[in-house]
Amino acid sequence: MIDKRGTSCAAAVADIKDGDTVMIGGFGEAGSPIELIHALIDHGAKNLTVVNNNTGSGRVGLAALIENGQVAKMICSYPRTANSLVFPELYRSGKIELELVPQGTLAERIRAGGAGIPAFFTPTSVGTPLADGKEARTFDGEDYVMERAIKADFALIKAKQADRYGNLTFNKTARNFAPIMAMAATTTIVQANAMVELGDIDPENVVTPGIFVNRIIEVSQPQQESTLVKAGVVYP
Amino acid sequence: MNNNPTSKHPISNETQAQQIGWSREQMAQRCAQDIEDGNYVNLGIGIPEKVAQYVPAGREVIYHTENGLLGMGTEPSSEELDPDLINAGKKPVTAIPGAAYFHHGDSFSMIRGKHIDVCVLGAMQVSAQGDLANWSTGAPDAIPAVGGAMDLVAGVKTIYIITQHTTKTGAAKILPSCSFPLTGKGVVNRIYTDLCVIDVTDAGLTLIELAPNVNFDYVQARTDVSLINAIK
Repeated sequence: MIDKRGTSCAAAVADIKDGDTVMIGGFGEAGSPIELIHALIDHGAKNLTVVNNNTGSGRVGLAALIENGQVAKMICSYPRTANSLVFPELYRSGKIELELVPQGTLAERIRAGGAGIPAFFTPTSVGTPLADGKEARTFDGEDYVMERAIKADFALIKAKQADRYGNLTFNKTARNFAPIMAMAATTTIVQANAMVELGDIDPENVVTPGIFVNRIIEVSQPQQESTLVKAGVVYP
Repeated sequence: MNNNPTSKHPISNETQAQQIGWSREQMAQRCAQDIEDGNYVNLGIGIPEKVAQYVPAGREVIYHTENGLLGMGTEPSSEELDPDLINAGKKPVTAIPGAAYFHHGDSFSMIRGKHIDVCVLGAMQVSAQGDLANWSTGAPDAIPAVGGAMDLVAGVKTIYIITQHTTKTGAAKILPSCSFPLTGKGVVNRIYTDLCVIDVTDAGLTLIELAPNVNFDYVQARTDVSLINAIK
């Protein structure tokens, strides 16, 4: 029998090891799996490389994971936002490494990682400092740079619905990086707003097929990052 | 006389003095005239966002936001507000009837694959060859952040820039070459400033339109590149 449902976020993240690469879904707070991130803070794995578009806001969720000293390196496209307090300070004091990647290149590197493509050529960043040191080639008269795929040991993502096979749907723009991160990680852990029965999601409407998912935890009332930030909450 | 410096109505405040050039709203309004019926359009953060308000009636335009939505609508009412429905600037938005959601891989395939017709962006500097710098001043203590700008300029068919003609201190932003790190090389098609509209052509930067009470010499004096005057 295939049943990917687990009982707690804590148990779901318990085998994340020091030094692992962890992809975390979300674009700002939309799609941020905040309960799974807080479980990873409680768990305490260190020296992580984290892949996310941003670096979190306030002192909860991803920002709290960084503040807790668990992240050695961020791979992201936009490390500062209106409420980003934690990352800028650590970065300026040299306590965290940053690999800055254009957003579409980040997405494609993740997708390639999940699709068995080790590298690809893109026109993005040609002629800019972000192309420095990268292999360049010309195809049909246009210049391209080579980018390598990214794979991860774990992906932490948030879904709207999940069934026990791991088939997922998402809510609006909270989908963002989650489907491609699910593909690119050895172990994909999902927090879903609702568990549903097999067949409840029309096969035509499955966004992420269950083959890309390993563990599902139902979090029916997820916390909202902006609400926590507004209330001045600090995790843990 | 109105002494309120924060007033948003410079025209009515300065009825005695002639208004020189376009306001931010007027720059957006001018750019909007060039958005065509049926275009798929991506608008950058800041003044470019305002373009959507001014697209002439009768033109159907679909707005793309790179975080995964085609068919972005206006700002939500407080009842409509959903933190899971935001734009690339992370502001709450709505989705129009006929909208579609998709993941980041697909979103940037739309961009890189040349499916988006027009992108409107801001600029720190633009060069005579249409190079764009709009993501970093290169200052050593700055935290670099690029977002989707490099992908947009590399992939979208037509790139429009809306920018003040000079910096706040009066320095030229249209230059022989950019001193800031580039976002893209030879990517800009047209520049809308508070003073004029300039096309980037193989022959050089070509002035095609002037704002009210501005003449060619006034623009040229604030531009570090020799302009071709295409205004009869």
